Amino acid sequence: MQEETENIIYVRDLVKKFGNFVANDHLSFEVKKGEIFGFLGANGAGKTTTIRILCGLSSPTSGEIKVAGFDAFKETEKIKRNIGYMSQKFSLYEDLTVTENIRFYGGIYGISRKEIKVRTQILLEKLKFEEVKNTLIKDLPLGWRQKLAFSVAIFHQPKIVFLDEPTGGVDPITRRQFWEMIYEEAHNGMTIFVTTHYMDEAEYCDRISIMVEGKIAALDTPLNLMKEYETKNMEGVFLKLARNIE
Amino acid sequence: MYAVEVENISKSFEKVEALKNISFNVKSGSLFGFIGPDGAGKTTLFRILVTLLKQNTGTAKIQGLNNITDYKKIRSIVGYMPGKFSLYQDLSVEENLRFFATVFGTTVENNYHLIKDIYSQIEPFKTRLAGKLSGGMKQKLALSCAMIHKPEVLFLDEPTTGVDAVSRKEFWEMLKVLKNSGITILVSTPYMDEAELCDEVALIQDGKILKIETPQNIIGAYEKNLYAVKSTNMFKLIADLRSFEFSESVFPFGQFIHYTDKRDQINENDLINYLAQKDHKNIVLQKITPNIEDCFMSYLNK
Repeated sequence: MQEETENIIYVRDLVKKFGNFVANDHLSFEVKKGEIFGFLGANGAGKTTTIRILCGLSSPTSGEIKVAGFDAFKETEKIKRNIGYMSQKFSLYEDLTVTENIRFYGGIYGISRKEIKVRTQILLEKLKFEEVKNTLIKDLPLGWRQKLAFSVAIFHQPKIVFLDEPTGGVDPITRRQFWEMIYEEAHNGMTIFVTTHYMDEAEYCDRISIMVEGKIAALDTPLNLMKEYETKNMEGVFLKLARNIE
Repeated sequence: MYAVEVENISKSFEKVEALKNISFNVKSGSLFGFIGPDGAGKTTLFRILVTLLKQNTGTAKIQGLNNITDYKKIRSIVGYMPGKFSLYQDLSVEENLRFFATVFGTTVENNYHLIKDIYSQIEPFKTRLAGKLSGGMKQKLALSCAMIHKPEVLFLDEPTTGVDAVSRKEFWEMLKVLKNSGITILVSTPYMDEAELCDEVALIQDGKILKIETPQNIIGAYEKNLYAVKSTNMFKLIADLRSFEFSESVFPFGQFIHYTDKRDQINENDLINYLAQKDHKNIVLQKITPNIEDCFMSYLNK
């Protein structure tokens, strides 16, 4: 068993209510260090609510929640410092250049100017972005923006990065290059918490939870889920689980 | 008979060439898909065809009507669902539908039969504000509004982007029903798997059409031997496959990696032995039939 492995996210009986509406209904799960954890569910199942709580942006109604060792009720500022976040909708400032965006995010996370300079150079080389370093984000192809957005989200070397539908709309090759970046970071020990509507991407995850109407309906490795629900791919699992509600 | 005829259309915005000399025809009553990533030019093309934009050069006809000179007539016979949710968020479900019916000089009652299958699913929420609907419900309402004036040609711009797998599947089932009622449908999507549900598909990238074919022929024209490979260490497997001397393309594909080889004939044992030497365990190597996404990527790589 992996009992010794560190739980970087620990959630017990997480409940979040908005008035009478229960958006998260007694969720319990753990995420291990270095794991790629897929957080799936239909639109409106309650995923965004959970992510906001785990990022320290919203307060849970009840439960025991620890993220990177910090309490989601009392230590939200510490949580924010130890996580990275990227979504498809908002990531970079379009009217700033590549280096300006990096410097801005580095500054927000309190990294020294000197250190920002060093890390920026390393990052530009790694992404092969030296030629576009003074280009405005709005003039970059979408796929490049997403690679940069991911790199910026982890620029302060967080323990966990939350990716909320990171790959919508990009071409299939870029989508895969993006996932290789994710693989690499996970391989180096970063924990990846990701939501996606692409079911093939779900299969890249070490473990997956599927949320249905505010509850976790299934949680296991992709392989075990496919066995349990007797389907060949994750799409089959997802359809079986999410269809049942109608 | 063609419902849509497009010849040599180009469109530029200042420095950006959004469409580069595009030509295609869509048969009446068919379901025609545009598959390509964001920025490929899909939205620009649709906006030209529904007369919201003018091309720089080239001609476009919808049901035989010219998109520049006959734009008023075209507007009454096409339905358009833009990629961005464009209904009135502060009107209710029912009010939105009535609004669009009235604008086109008809009534909801007149054409209710056309949208019954779709609209009945959201009718229980007809007093809810459109802005308060879930993603799947918004999409059903938008489709109902685009259909309420009984269009002959329907343009759907990325109707399933950001929508979960269940709603996506339901949406495509609705399209099949609409198609069977004789409507011509043009739909764009970044999801490659949806291509397989179209009669014909145009692969579009950087303002150019790479290929127009039936999904079956696109797959049939794939010439390479394609393998699905798996081992216990997938991250390392990608790198090791890339450094194999005959390696041509290596792409992660869900729980497998899709691999093609530079050689026409490959000895499977060679590859298995190579991977075993690199310490891979539980190696699985199987020859597979490509899907649309494999084909699209091989075009992109050319």
